[in-house]
Parts: sequence; structure tokens; C-alpha cells
Amino acid sequence: MWFSTGSRGLTRVLGWLAALGLLAGLVLALGVAPREVSQGNVQRIMYLHVPSILTAYLAFAIVLVASLGYLVSRRQAWDRWAGSAAEIGTLFTGLTLASGSLWGKPTWGTWWTWDARLTATAVMFVTYVAYLMLRGMIDEAERRAQLAAVLGILAALNIPLVHFSVLWWRTLHQPPTLLRPVPAALAGIFRLTLGVNWVAFTLLFAYLLAKRIRVGRLSEAGLP
Amino acid sequence: MRFVRRAWILAWKDLTIEWRAKETLNSLFFFALLLIFLFQFALGPDRERLSAALPGLLWLGFILSGLLGLGRTFAGERDNDCWDGLRLAPGEKSAIYVGKLAGNLLLMLAVEAIFLLLFGVFFDLDLVAALPGLALVVGLGTLGLAAVGTLFAAMTAHVRARELLFPVLLLPVEVPVLLGTVKATEAVLLGEPLGSVAHWLKLLAVANVIYLTIGVLTFDVVLDG
Amino acid sequence: MKDATELLVHVAGLRKAFGATLVLDDVSLSVRAGETVALLGANGAGKTTLLRILATLARPTRGTAVIAGFDCVREPERVRERVGLVAHGTLIYEDLTAEENLRFWRVLSGGRALAADLREALAAVELEPYAGERVRSFSAGMKRRLSLARVVLARPQVLLLDEPFAGLDQRGKKWLEEYLHAFKAGGGAIVMVTHSFGRQLSVADRIAILGGGRIALDRPRPSVTADELARLYALHTEDAP
Repeated sequence: MWFSTGSRGLTRVLGWLAALGLLAGLVLALGVAPREVSQGNVQRIMYLHVPSILTAYLAFAIVLVASLGYLVSRRQAWDRWAGSAAEIGTLFTGLTLASGSLWGKPTWGTWWTWDARLTATAVMFVTYVAYLMLRGMIDEAERRAQLAAVLGILAALNIPLVHFSVLWWRTLHQPPTLLRPVPAALAGIFRLTLGVNWVAFTLLFAYLLAKRIRVGRLSEAGLP
Repeated sequence: MRFVRRAWILAWKDLTIEWRAKETLNSLFFFALLLIFLFQFALGPDRERLSAALPGLLWLGFILSGLLGLGRTFAGERDNDCWDGLRLAPGEKSAIYVGKLAGNLLLMLAVEAIFLLLFGVFFDLDLVAALPGLALVVGLGTLGLAAVGTLFAAMTAHVRARELLFPVLLLPVEVPVLLGTVKATEAVLLGEPLGSVAHWLKLLAVANVIYLTIGVLTFDVVLDG
Repeated sequence: MKDATELLVHVAGLRKAFGATLVLDDVSLSVRAGETVALLGANGAGKTTLLRILATLARPTRGTAVIAGFDCVREPERVRERVGLVAHGTLIYEDLTAEENLRFWRVLSGGRALAADLREALAAVELEPYAGERVRSFSAGMKRRLSLARVVLARPQVLLLDEPFAGLDQRGKKWLEEYLHAFKAGGGAIVMVTHSFGRQLSVADRIAILGGGRIALDRPRPSVTADELARLYALHTEDAP
């Protein structure tokens, strides 16, 4: 029927993998990776900050695909994916902002700076909070799915526009690590630690997503 | 052609009713005047400080009045209980989007023209030299606001707390438009050539294409479900 | 001239749930060209919901609704071309004149609004002298008649009416009766939701009672006397234990 042992099993596997990955990542981040020269131990927040935002992007990409999927097929499952991914993505975006703030205070002396990357992330955060607010204010499942799908597509396509506009408006932030070809600034061990944490976060995201979708399915299954 | 006629009759209906009732336009004109006072009081009598902020204030004014005006896009349908009529009229629903958009554009441009006039008077600005460039930037920015605003107005028309949800949805999406228009307006008011802000103008143009495309393609889902 | 046995409205196994509330359970109804079905039922029985589904304003949870051969869910625009709805909302803009209202809806529906046609429709509902007046000054009955003029202009094949006689004075009621008879004679089908048992029912060929989410009764009107109708109504609109 709605819940097969298969999906519950998959969720459990994801959970364990995520836990292992996070543990490995934590060990690497706090123990193995060397202390960074200019910023000190605070720099280790990067191993939380960068994977968080990457995971958020993944989440919002899923929102885009799921929104399109819903409009094409009109099957409620797509909407569950969209809503769940948006919730978790927003959470990770918030985590990105908070960790960025914690990183910024000792490093640049302020809790917040309106530099390009942080600002764009903040705009993305409020966009998806607004998306979640729209979802929260519509009771009828079908109508909620329809309107959220349209908003989800618009919000996702707006992200590159936000990025470019904010970037041209202001640039202070470090050049993006990991997604630039061979940053000279980052030695091998740093990249390994970052990579492991990224994988761990992605597994965590997948686990949370699976759990959230299941909760959504169960709460809707109680209705005729 | 039928599409155009249908969009046209909708714009005609809205403009005719607005012309007769004059509720929205008058209120927005007056709101523009009040905002001028607000800006003056908030940023003090210091002329330098105000001068530096003018492009931003201009667009703050446009956006705030835009929020009020765009939020009322379907107020006529609500007050007269005609929303179902829009759905029942056979034909592509995107014509309704285009018609409502046209009406909103005219409304917003009228209010913005008054705003510019008031800005010129109260802040002693000479806008005449900058007019062509200004017209282009204002045109692109207004289209960007109205394209999304019209869609969101339909989206929130029957949602709880729509007066609060509408601005909450619109403002984050409009960040690129706000940034682009303010920077471009700054350049225009300083007498710089438009070429220096070509990248902003291109961004605004691309944004408009995206917003209009989504609006046209998804309006029937938003209106009808 | 339409084939008198053509099925203009066909509803089968219709089910509509709003969240956890089941409003329509298993509704089946058919109306042929030239036929009028009066739909009775208690408040909240789902009559308006059924009408809205037929008008394509709502989607059923399950089942089919077909108007003049077109499915309400799959081809709503085709259905909308053939259906005229007169319900609680009059679909009238108060700040426009009677004629402007008609022009607006006609053109929005894809038609041409020739002045002669508009006048003719207004004349049919005896509103021609008020063509250039703003609707704000109209009485409730006049607004209802203008609403009917809008539908008359569109020349639908199926009329969906929700208590059409409400708000009309004696003359208005008589006029509407005549119009509905003429509409039937022209081959149209009518589904009329009504609360009254009075002489308005004379328009109906069949009487259906909606109760418990289903069509509990569906009989030719002449076969039911007024007393019998009252008894059957009370019987079928009691909530099932």
C-alpha cells in the first residue's frame, strides 16, 4: 500500500550512512584537518557552512523539478517532494546564514556583512520562507499544490537573477571554494575534509527528505 | 486576434471602472505625496544625505505604491463577485493575465510619473536631461514589478491573509529588479551614458522575459487550477 | 433542430470530497435536450457543489461529468462555451452600465459584441430602457435579469440555474418561466437547483432529490403530487443514522 518496508528500510540505511558520514566529517574537520594559518580554528566552520549551502541548492533544485513534475502530471506525490524539499532546504539555508555569521564575527569583526554571497543566500532564504508561508495558508491540498508549483518554478528561476544582481552590486566574499577549478588557496587535506562533509550533508538531506515525505504521505493518507 | 480583443476588453473594463470610481488612482497619487514627506522626515533636512539616496528612494516609492496598486488587481472581481466569471469565460486564460498586466502597467506608470514630478519639485531635481534614459529604466523596472505582481495578485486572491502574503511573496522575488533599477537610475541621474549600465539593463530585460513567460504559461493554473 | 433524445448532461458516479468531508458520494444524472431537471435537497446537501462541477468551477474527486459530449475536467473550455450559469453571484460590475456589462462578458468569452445583439438581449429581459444606466442603481431583480441577459446573449446549450426565481417579482417570475419554456423548446437542457415547491416547478420535466450524497429520487414531475413530493423530500433529506 502506501508504506512498503522497502521505503522504510531505505530511510533507515540513509540514516545510518548519514550518521557515519557526519561522524567521519566531524573527525576530519575538528581533528585531522590542520589549523588554518590566517583565520585560526574558526575557519573550521567552513566545513559546516559550505556543505550547508550546497545542500540547500540541491533542495531547491528538487523543488524546481518537483514543481514542474506536478504541473505536468498533477500527481500529489510531486507536491509532497516539493514541499518537503523546500522545508529542509530552507532549514539548511538558515544554517548557512547562521554559520556564516558565526564565522564572520571573529574573522571580519561583524555579525553580518552585505557581501554578495551572504546577501544572495539571505534573499534565497526569505524567498523560500515566503514559499512555505504560501503553502501554510492554503488548506486544500490540490489548490496548494497548484499555486506552490507555480511559485516554486518562479523562485528557482529567480535564483540566478538574484545571484548576478547581488554580485554586481557588491563583492567582498572569498571566491567560491570547491566549485572553482583547483583553488590554489585550498590544499588537499582541506578539500578532502570539505568533500567528506559535503557527502555527509547530502546523505543527511536525503534521510531528512525521505522522513519528511513519509510523514506528509501518512498525514494525507488519513483522508478519503 | 481574439486573444488581443479579449485582453483589450479586460484592460478597457478595468480602466473604465477606475476612471469612473477613481478610487485607486487618487489614493495612490496622494500616497506618493505622503511618501515624499516621509522620506524627507526620515532622512532629515540634510540635503546631501537625501541627494545621495534619491535613486533608492525613488524606487522605494515605486515599489511601495506598486505593492498597494498591484495588490488590488483583482479587487474589482472580489467586490463584484465576478472572479468565477473570469474562469467561466471560455478561451485562453493568459489573455486575462495580459489584460490585467496592461491595466496595471498604465496605472503604475501614471503614479510613477506623478512621483517623478513630485521628486523634481520637492527635492529640486532637474530630471529633464535624464528623461530618455530614465524612461527606459523605469519602463523595464515597472514591467518587472507588474509582471510578477499581477501573477501573485491572482495567486493570493483567495488565500488567507492575502494583504500580508502578497508583499511577502513579491519583495524577495523583486530583489534583482530593485538592484538593477536603482543602479541604472543612479547612473542616469548622474548623466552617465547608458552603456555604462548595459549589464543592468540586460539583466532587467532577461528578468522581464522570464517573468512574462512564466506569467503567460502558468496563469491558467493560478486562475483556474 | 437538435435530436430530442440527445444527452446534453451526463453525470456518472460523481464523488466530491473537501478534505475529510464527503459532499457528493455517488451521483448519477442525465438530462436530454429539451429537458429540465429540478434538483431539490436540504441545505448543504451538495446541490451547489454539483452545479459548480457541471459549470467546471470545481473538480470532482472521482467520476465523470460530461456536457454536450465534452468532459468537464478534461475539456473545460469546450464545456464553458456551451454552458450558462446563473447562480448566487450575479457576475455584474456595479460601475459599468447594463450594456457595458454585456459587452464585456461577450467579448471576454470570445464573441463579437454588436450593439444590435446587446440591445436585443436587454430587450429580452425587459431592461432595454436602462441600457445606459450604471448597474449600481439597479434593484436586485433587475440585476438578476441582467445576469440572465448575459446568459441569453451567449446562447448556451445547457442552463445551470441556482434558485433562479429568487429575488424576482411576480412579473419577473412569469417572464422567466416563459423564457425557460422557450429555451427547452429550442432544444436546450436545464438543471435547476431550487428550494421552492411552488409553481416554479411547472417548468421541470423531472424532479430529482439530492440526499446523503446521492440522487435519492429521480422521477417525472407529473407523476408526483405536491403532497407526495413534500413527503418524499422529508424522507430523503433526513441525515442517515
